[in-house]
Amino acid sequence: MFPLALSNLSVRRRGKIVLGPIDLVIDQGGPTMVIGPNGSGKTTLLRVMHGIERISEGTAEWAQPDHANHAYVFQSPVVLRRTVSENLSYPLYLIKRPKPEINTAVEYWIERIGLGKVANRSAMRLSGGERQKLAIARALIRDPEVLFLDEPCSNLDGQSTREIETLLLETAAAGTRIIMATHDMGQARRLAADVIFMKSGRIAETGLAPNVFDAPKTSELKAFLKGDILE
Amino acid sequence: MNDISHGLFAALRLIVTFDAELWEISLRSLQVSLTAVIIASAVAMPFGAFLAVQRFKYRRLVISIMNALMGLPPVVVGLIFYILLSRSGPFGVFGLLFTPWAMIIVQIVIITPIIASISHQAMRELWAEYHDLLISLNTSKWRRIKTLIWDGRRNLLTAGLAGFGRAIGEVGAIMIVGGNIEHATRVLTTAIALETGKGDFALALGLGFVLIGLALFVNILIHWLSRTEREGRW
Ligand SMILES: Nc1ncnc2c1ncn2[C@@H]1O[C@H](COP(=O)(O)OP(=O)(O)OP(=O)(O)O)[C@@H](O)[C@H]1O
Ligand SMILES: [Mg+2]
Repeated sequence: MFPLALSNLSVRRRGKIVLGPIDLVIDQGGPTMVIGPNGSGKTTLLRVMHGIERISEGTAEWAQPDHANHAYVFQSPVVLRRTVSENLSYPLYLIKRPKPEINTAVEYWIERIGLGKVANRSAMRLSGGERQKLAIARALIRDPEVLFLDEPCSNLDGQSTREIETLLLETAAAGTRIIMATHDMGQARRLAADVIFMKSGRIAETGLAPNVFDAPKTSELKAFLKGDILE
Repeated sequence: MNDISHGLFAALRLIVTFDAELWEISLRSLQVSLTAVIIASAVAMPFGAFLAVQRFKYRRLVISIMNALMGLPPVVVGLIFYILLSRSGPFGVFGLLFTPWAMIIVQIVIITPIIASISHQAMRELWAEYHDLLISLNTSKWRRIKTLIWDGRRNLLTAGLAGFGRAIGEVGAIMIVGGNIEHATRVLTTAIALETGKGDFALALGLGFVLIGLALFVNILIHWLSRTEREGRW
């Protein structure tokens, strides 16, 4: 599967460059946190890596192009108009797993995200935090090798954020490669092994978490980190 | 005035006593329109979903044509199918003119664009919600359409009911291709037209009440469905 190599990659929309040019190699390890101001291209970068964004120039190549082992949690969680447990079973149902196996997995995940009581209720009636947890569990239910998350805690309170961070750390420990965008610097510090700092569609700085946070090299990152602390 | 109150009374009596003729005509109306709705839906709903999911060259044109076909005057549809289905017409050999099947066919033609258009609208909204996830899960085109149809089933039922309402109340086209033949192709709307012309207000009003009842029932059903849709109860 790894590494993923982005070479001379750019994405244009309506003639404007929204990402790139970028050269980047993603290898085993992580979790990787993608940080940067609004509109800097975090979402676009994740979507390119996941293979769901049209590339204008350059290439994004996985050593082993098996998309089936990826999962993606979107910035605003997609909820199927089905029950909570049907939301969870959907990805497994798509790859035709046997019924008993699906049921076991759904029961396991529904308890793990604490939604056992509402298993048979419509997922449309869940709160924002519950939806986000559901989307993450639905992404994890196929046991992906790579998990992309786009600001999964952006609307959540401290309690829910903590629960999700714990879940993500456990997932990473179990061997899933996590690549995640966040605007919460506290969260980035808590989760990151390495960091990609985006600015105006380009990778302005990248490195291991301690270096990036405690000894930023570029003036952009220094300003960004300071701004976030002042906030 | 006396005519009307007398007619109203007679009409109610026909309904409560399950008058054989009234019953037969109502049942035929239901049969014809339900058959038309089922066949039209089987084509229109997947088509609406397909239009939502698939980009292709003439997609906008197809959608415009579909919307334009909604405004097709039923009488003209009746006329065209009268010519097509008559003995000397291209489909004359099937002997369908003046049978319930001819009425079903024109109703299908009239309501398919309506059902397709409402379905397309609903499927497009749902696709906007689902797009990212279904692409991310690497689903096939056909799987996307099936998922949209299943998860949008309440909206699709509303589309079907709208088609049914249009079909059951239609009179011009089925009068032409059905011929309003007693015990064969007489349905609620054509019978009302005939009985009114003959001056038999009792039967005409009785049939009218049944028709209104059906239309109301359908509207209440649509209303109720859109409420449960929001609450996601089924
Ligand atoms: N389809 C599109 N058409 C035009 N512009 C686009 C399109 N998609 C993205 N952009 C632009 O690309 C830039 C990067 O967007 P992106 O969503 O990747 O930023 P982001 O870092 O995720 O921002 P945020 O923190 O607000 O989520 C933005 O300026 C956005 O307006
Ligand atoms: Mg974003």
